[in-house]
Amino acid sequence: MTSTEPTGRMEPPSTPTSEPFWEATKERRLVLQWCTECDRAIFFPRDNCPLCLGSALEWRPASGDGVVASVTVETSSPNPTIAGGDPYAVALVDLDEGVRMMSNVVGCPPGDVTVGLAVQVTWVPLSDGRNLPQFEPRS
Amino acid sequence: MLGVSLSGYGDTSGRRRIPLGSGREQRGGPRGTERHQEEWARRVRRAIPPGTVSAVASLRGAAAIVGVADDASPTGELELSGRALETAMIVAALDDAGLTIADVDGICHVGSSVMMAEYLGIHPRYTDSTSTGGSSYEIHVEHAAAAIAAGLADVIVSVYAATPRSDRKRGGRGGPGRGRPPMMMMGPNPAAEWEMPYGIRMPMGPYALSATRHMHEFGTTPEQLAQIAVSTREWATMNPKARFQTPMTIDDVLDSPMQTTPLHLFDCCLVTDGAGAFVMTSAERAKDLKKPPVYVLGAGTCHDHQMISQMPDLTTTAGAVSGPNAFAMAGIKTQDVDLLMGYDSFTITALLHLEDLGFCAKGEGGPFVEDGKTGPGGSLPMNTNGGGLSYTHPGMYGMFLIAEAVKQLRGECGARQVGDAEVAVAHGSGGVLSCMSTIVLGTEGTLS
Repeated sequence: MTSTEPTGRMEPPSTPTSEPFWEATKERRLVLQWCTECDRAIFFPRDNCPLCLGSALEWRPASGDGVVASVTVETSSPNPTIAGGDPYAVALVDLDEGVRMMSNVVGCPPGDVTVGLAVQVTWVPLSDGRNLPQFEPRS
Repeated sequence: MLGVSLSGYGDTSGRRRIPLGSGREQRGGPRGTERHQEEWARRVRRAIPPGTVSAVASLRGAAAIVGVADDASPTGELELSGRALETAMIVAALDDAGLTIADVDGICHVGSSVMMAEYLGIHPRYTDSTSTGGSSYEIHVEHAAAAIAAGLADVIVSVYAATPRSDRKRGGRGGPGRGRPPMMMMGPNPAAEWEMPYGIRMPMGPYALSATRHMHEFGTTPEQLAQIAVSTREWATMNPKARFQTPMTIDDVLDSPMQTTPLHLFDCCLVTDGAGAFVMTSAERAKDLKKPPVYVLGAGTCHDHQMISQMPDLTTTAGAVSGPNAFAMAGIKTQDVDLLMGYDSFTITALLHLEDLGFCAKGEGGPFVEDGKTGPGGSLPMNTNGGGLSYTHPGMYGMFLIAEAVKQLRGECGARQVGDAEVAVAHGSGGVLSCMSTIVLGTEGTLS
C-alpha cells in the first residue's frame, strides 16, 4: 500500500535543527531526539530539552511503533493532495518512546482507525527524496 | 483552596476507560498518553504553587468595566470594516461609559496597540498588544485591571473588529489555510513542519481530536455535544443581532454535514463580521460614570501548548488552572455564578469549559448539559447572546463574552435577561484549546 510517487501534498520545511530527522527519512528510518540528561525522548525537534532546557541532545532510532491517542476523519472538505480527494484519517500517535506526533493512519478504511489502535510507521515519498512518516495498523 | 482544586488535575484514576478492541492494542507498559498526563500534572504543580493567587488577590474590585459595545448582524455582514469599524466601537464604548477619547491613557490591541493609538491620535502611557487568539480580550481585562491597580493607567480601552465574511465577498485574502503555510512573522512555525503536511483541517481538526478522545474516555455522545448547540440557539432566538435566530433540534445538528469526525457543521462556530470594545477604569472613578460599574473580581490565565499534538491532555484544558485561580481571587464558587460566557468555538470547547471550571466533574460534561440547563430557564445560563455558535464569530470572539457579561450584569439584555444576575464569568479560549483566560465580573453588590 506504500506508494512510490510524491502526492503533491504540502511538504514540510526542514530546519537545521530538524535536518537529521528528515535525512533519516530518506532511508525510511524514524529517529527521535533524546535528552541525555533526562534520558527522555522529545518531539518536536528542538535545540533544547523542554524538560531541563539543556542542550545535550542526541538522535536515536525509534521503534516506529505506537498507539493512536485520537483520530479525526476529514470528510466534508478533504485536502485533495492527501488521499486524492477521499476522506482520510488524521491521528495523534503516541510512540513507544513516550512522545506524541501527528500523522495519517493509512492501510485501512479511515473509519476503522480508533483510539487505542496499535500502529507502525510507514512512509509516503516527498518530492525531494525525503519521506513523510505515516502509520498503518500493526501487523 | 487552590491546592485542593489542583490536586486532582491530571489524575486519571476516576476516569471511565472504555475497553479497547481486542487484538490491535498495545501490549502492556505505560502508554504515551498516560505519560503525557503525568508530565502535565507535574508541570502544573511546578508552575503554580499553592498560594500564588493570594499574592495578587488585591486585584479584586480594584478596577471596573465601565463601557462596552459590540456589533454583528443577522446577515453576518457589517457595513464598516478595519480602523473605521474599530473606531466606531471605541466611540460607542466610551459613550456608554460617559467618557471621551481624551480620557484614554491606555490601549490594548491584538495587532499593534502602537499603530492603533497612532490612528486614534492618542499618546497612551499603557500599551498591550497581547495576542493569544480568542482569549486575548480576557487577558486584556486581566492586564488592565492590574495596570489600573498599580497606577500605570487611568482609562484603558480594548478594541476588536474583523470582517471575514465581507472580506471574502470583496475578494480579499483569507487567513492562513489549507496548503498555505502559516505566516512566519513570529518566527518559524513548527506546525508547518509537524502538523500541516497531514492535512489537518484548521481550526476544527484539533477540536475534533479532543472530542474523539473525550468520547473514548468518558462515553460522551454526539447528541450531548449537539445539545450545547441547541441550548445556545435557544438564547440566540432572543438576540435580534444574531446570525441564526430560529430554534433547532438535536437532529438538526446531527443531520448537518459532518465536517471532520465527530464534529458536524452545527457543532462549529460561525464565520461572520463582528466588532466590539470595552473601557476600564478604577473602582473609584467608575462610581461617577454613566452606567453601573461592573467590577473585575478575579482573573486567571494559563496556556499549555500551541499545536494540538503538544497538548498535554486532550481532554483537560489549561482552564483547569485559569478558572480555579480566577475563582479563588474572586472568592467565589461555581454555585455563585449566575451567567457563564464560555467561549464556544465548537460544542466540545464549551463542554470542556464546564468541566475544567468545575461546574461538573471531569468527564461528566455530556450528562451535565443533557437536560438543557445551559439554555433559557436552566440553572446555568451559558452564552446568552447566542454564542459563537449562533450569534457571531469573527475569529477572536472573546470580546463578545465580555460585552454580553457586562450587559447582563447591568440588566440591559431585554428578552434574554438573566434575572438578578450578580456574578458572571467570561472564559476565553485561544488557539486550539491552547490559551485559556478566565475573568470573574460582579455588580456593586458583590464587592462587600
